[in-house]
Parts: sequence; C-alpha cells; structure tokens
Amino acid sequence: MSSLLDTPTAAPDAPAARPERRWRAALGLLPFALYFLVFLGGPLYFVISGAFTDADGRPTLGNLVASLMSPQYLLAFRQSLLLSAVTAVIGAVFGTFLAQAVLTARPRSPLRRTVSTASGVLAYFGGVPLAFAFIAALGQTGLATAWLRSAGIDLYASGFRIDSLTGLALTYVYFQIPLMVILITPALEGLLPQWREAAENLGASAWSYWRLVALPVLAPAFAGATLVLFGNAFAAYATALALTSGSIPLVPTAIASALSGNVLVGQANVGLALGLDMVVVIAIVMVAYLWLQRRAARWSRR
Amino acid sequence: MTAVQKSPAETATDAAVEFRGVSRVFGETRALDGLDLALRRGELLALLGPSGCGKTTALRLLAGFDRPTSGEIRIDGRDVTGVPASKRDTGMVFQAYSLFPTMTAAENVAFGLRMRKVGGAERGRRAAELLELVGLGDRGGSYPHELSGGQQQRVALARALAVRPSVLLLDEPLSALDARVRVQLRDEIRRLQLAEGITTLFVTHDQSEALAVADRVAVLNAGRMEQVDVPQEVYARPATPFVAEFVGVMNTVPVSGGRITPGAAETTQVRPEALLVGAPDGLAGTVLTSTFLGPVTRLVIRTEVGELTADAVTRPGLPAIGEHTTVQISG
Repeated sequence: MSSLLDTPTAAPDAPAARPERRWRAALGLLPFALYFLVFLGGPLYFVISGAFTDADGRPTLGNLVASLMSPQYLLAFRQSLLLSAVTAVIGAVFGTFLAQAVLTARPRSPLRRTVSTASGVLAYFGGVPLAFAFIAALGQTGLATAWLRSAGIDLYASGFRIDSLTGLALTYVYFQIPLMVILITPALEGLLPQWREAAENLGASAWSYWRLVALPVLAPAFAGATLVLFGNAFAAYATALALTSGSIPLVPTAIASALSGNVLVGQANVGLALGLDMVVVIAIVMVAYLWLQRRAARWSRR
Repeated sequence: MTAVQKSPAETATDAAVEFRGVSRVFGETRALDGLDLALRRGELLALLGPSGCGKTTALRLLAGFDRPTSGEIRIDGRDVTGVPASKRDTGMVFQAYSLFPTMTAAENVAFGLRMRKVGGAERGRRAAELLELVGLGDRGGSYPHELSGGQQQRVALARALAVRPSVLLLDEPLSALDARVRVQLRDEIRRLQLAEGITTLFVTHDQSEALAVADRVAVLNAGRMEQVDVPQEVYARPATPFVAEFVGVMNTVPVSGGRITPGAAETTQVRPEALLVGAPDGLAGTVLTSTFLGPVTRLVIRTEVGELTADAVTRPGLPAIGEHTTVQISG
C-alpha cells in the first residue's frame, strides 16, 4: 500500500520537461545578472585590482598595508565602526519600541498612520539636507541651541559640538530609528496574539512573555535589521561630509580624500585598498549574522 | 422562548465556575446579554452556538483576557471579575498555533510550572509525565513545527493541564484538525477530563461534538442562553425553536392524533429519524435529494406541508430522486 503511494506516477515525464524550462527561467534572470555584473562586479574588480597594484601598475601589498597600518586610517576605522555599531544598536532598540508602540494603537488611528508614513520618508531622509537641518537646529547658532540657551542649558559650554562623533551619532539615529521601524514591523506583526494569551494564562507576567516567548521569536529578524542599520551607517558618506566637512575621520570620507588626492597625491590606490577593507568588514558581519541566524533558527521551518 | 435552566440557587453550592448576570458590550453589539451559567465541579460543559453567539466572549471573560461590562464571574466561589488572566488558575487550549515556537514540546508543557517557580528537575518530570499522558512520550524534544496539527493540540492540552488548573478552557480546540483526528482527539480529551476529574468548559460550534463529549450542553444564541441540559434532553426536547434548528435537524409539521395531518392547527417537531419513509398511511411526496450517509440515507421530500427531512435505514428499494413516496411519523 505504502509503496504504491510512494511511487510518483508523473515522474517519467517530469525530467524530460525540466532542462528546457530551467533555461527559460534562467533567461528571465539575465537582465539582473548583467546589471549585477556591470555595476557590482565591475567596480569590485576595479577596487580589488587597484588595491593590489601601485601607481605604475606593478603588484604590491603596500596600499593594503598603508590602509591598515597608518594611524589616520586606523582612527577612521575605529570611529566608523564605533559610530555604526552605536547608532545601529540605539536605532534598533528605540525603533523596536516605537514600532511596538505604534502596533498597539488601533490600526486606523491617526498616530499609526502618521508614524508609518513618517518612517517611510525619514528612513531615506539622509545626506546633505539632513545634515543642514541638524546644523540649523543644533549648530553653534542653531535654533534649538538658542532655545536651550535661553532656558539656561548651554550645550556648547558643556562640550557638545554638532561636528563631533556625538553630533554625527545624533544625526544618524534620526534616520536609523525610522529605518528600524520599517524593518521590524513585519516581524512584530508576526507575533501571534494567542502566544501572549497562552503565556498570560500560564501565569507569565508581561516581562516574562517578552523575555521568554516574544524576543526569542524576534531575535533573527532583530539581528538582521540591526545588521542592515550597521551597514547603512558604515557606508553613509554625504551626511558625514556635510556635517563635519571631513574633520572627523571616517572611512568613507577618508576614501574620498585619498581618491581625490586632497591630502597627498598618488594615494588613489590606498583609497581603493580602504574600499576593499570596507567590503571585508561587511562580509565578516554578514558571515557572523548567517551563523547566528542558523543557530537561532533551529526551531523555525528553514 | 423561556430558557429551561437549573435555578442558580440549586447549583450555587458546589459550582466550580459561575457567571452571574454577565454582559459584554462591544460598541453597539451586545456580545453577551446577562449570562447566568454555573459549572458543577468535575463536569464537562459544552458551550454551543453559531459563530458570533458570544460563546468565545464568555470563555475569554472566564480566562481573564477580557472584562465584563457588567456582572460577576466566580471560580470556586471566589469573585475573579477583576483578577488578571495570569492569576486566575485556568488552563486554556486555543484553536491552533498557540505553542511557543522557539520551545520544544517539553519546554512548552513545563512553561506554566516555570512561571510558578517549580524547580528544573520537577518540571522535566511533570512535563514528561503529561506528554506520556497525551501519547507523545517520545516527542518531548520536538519543536512545534515538527509536529502535526493533532500532536500540537495534544501538547497544548498537556501544557494546560500541567499546572493542575481549577478549570480547563477549550476554545474550539478541534476546529483546525481534519475529521478523523478530530474525533480521535475529542474522545481523548473526554477520557483525560474524566480521569483528571477537572471542571471543563468546551466551546464549540459543532453540535455533534458537543453532544458526544459533554455532561451538559449550554446552547447560546445572540448573547443569550437558550437551554442548558444533558445532551439527550437538548436533542430530544429542545427548549426553543432555535435549539431545535441548531442541534441536529428538525421538521415542524401539523399533527392530529400523532399523525401528520395537513391543515391541522396543532404542530409538533419531529427529528429526521422519527419519520418513516414509504409508510402505507403516509403523506404523499416527491424525493428532492437523497444523501447516502452510510447506515442511513437522508431524504428531503417535498409534501403538501412543506419539505421534510427523513433519515431512512439504508436498504435496497429506497425511493430515488424524483420518485414518489410517502412519509409519516413512525410508531
């Protein structure tokens, strides 16, 4: 009986039809593959080959060594990593709280609609306009700075500067939080109400429910979204440049000055080596994330 | 239309659960309208009604997920109306997908004990014992997605029983399962309920399910109680036309001297199995539909008193669709 059921009767036809169908499916991917090759493969090849050759085209490890050993670049890396990690974590935590707060409001409430629309806009409101908005608000002569001063709080006397790492972090968080709201909302919506009710019914407090039931379910999505936030901050260039004019060393601004020969002529290939370093950092984070995901997702279908 | 019900005074003495004049209003809708209901200690009471009748609302009020607009709910004589769900000492089995997905079956079953600060070893022992009880002794290490729908509901049942609650609440626990598993698990729930002697409120919209497992059936319609009685009585002597229609199939026919008589002033209600097809002195009619149900065949017959539903013992020679036959109250 079971052997009858196990035999797939349609099997003889299936393999014959498959290769052709597979080709046709692959054909649909062709435009994307070309696009990928030209706009990702090309630059990557350019970066890698440039990073390993000197100005005269001879192979060398000098650029890479310079990008990893010279104090100015080390500082840039340390600050970029710190800035990205701190704003990713702050963005992830506050973004999750905000998303959950919005989800507990009624589906059609003005609050919910306002926050979700605002998140969609603000998550991509980076670059020069954002930097200018922050300078206008929190710069030395900014509006908010003036208000605070008249209220007896002198930001700049207490050591704050908008063109500092703290100022940058504050500005980055402004687009990190809305981005987190967008990324984590679907995962929060995936928490079934009966899990909460079952936990309550079994005597769990709200804290126990979040700690033991909801957070483990959310963990993979939370980690993934935090990683996106990290990459988002790590690669941000225009905001940092407009806000600090390059006075705070960060990897993207360091690459820009090396490529344009602002500091020293003939450093273009060191700039490419710095670019390669960034690719490696992102790759390491990705691998760590995949490893985490596999461990965390033992209970899931994948 | 008056509901036949035991007076509250009669059951109050050993009531395990009591609803006293409980109403719940959502905006314009009265989901529950002055519900009075008492569950006796150790009985399984099925709360039966169509969707939207208020049965799930009643269950959620008892579990503490919702608060009544007015009225009082008591568990073991204690007023729990304002007590949060986490302190009510009820065990609930949901419709489906209520197991915590990141925990194994055993961890799910042990969750309530963990919340009650029971030690790890004792938790493990009790979880294993309960999984054994629901026939899943070897699946303690499985995650919910590795279990079938029926197995998941068994684990949910074990989880609810693990904390030895004073009331077991079942919210249509079988509705997401396929027919064969449904009957199997239904009987198993009854077996466990009797063995543990636990007071149980079983919410269902399936009348055959309610009649099969319950000590008593409470029929709810539009937020009001229609009838509370043992299954046999609810089936044989429905208190209201609604109950008659909802529980099984009922024919309403004009009668005189116990026989169907067109034009008679008196009417009575007759179950399909109480109608005799092909009776010599029967009322003439034409077969509209014929449904083979195994031991019986259900015929819908058009007569001058309307369409009548009759169950005939399956046998050769039953009238086919379109054929003429006769029908009469048997006996």
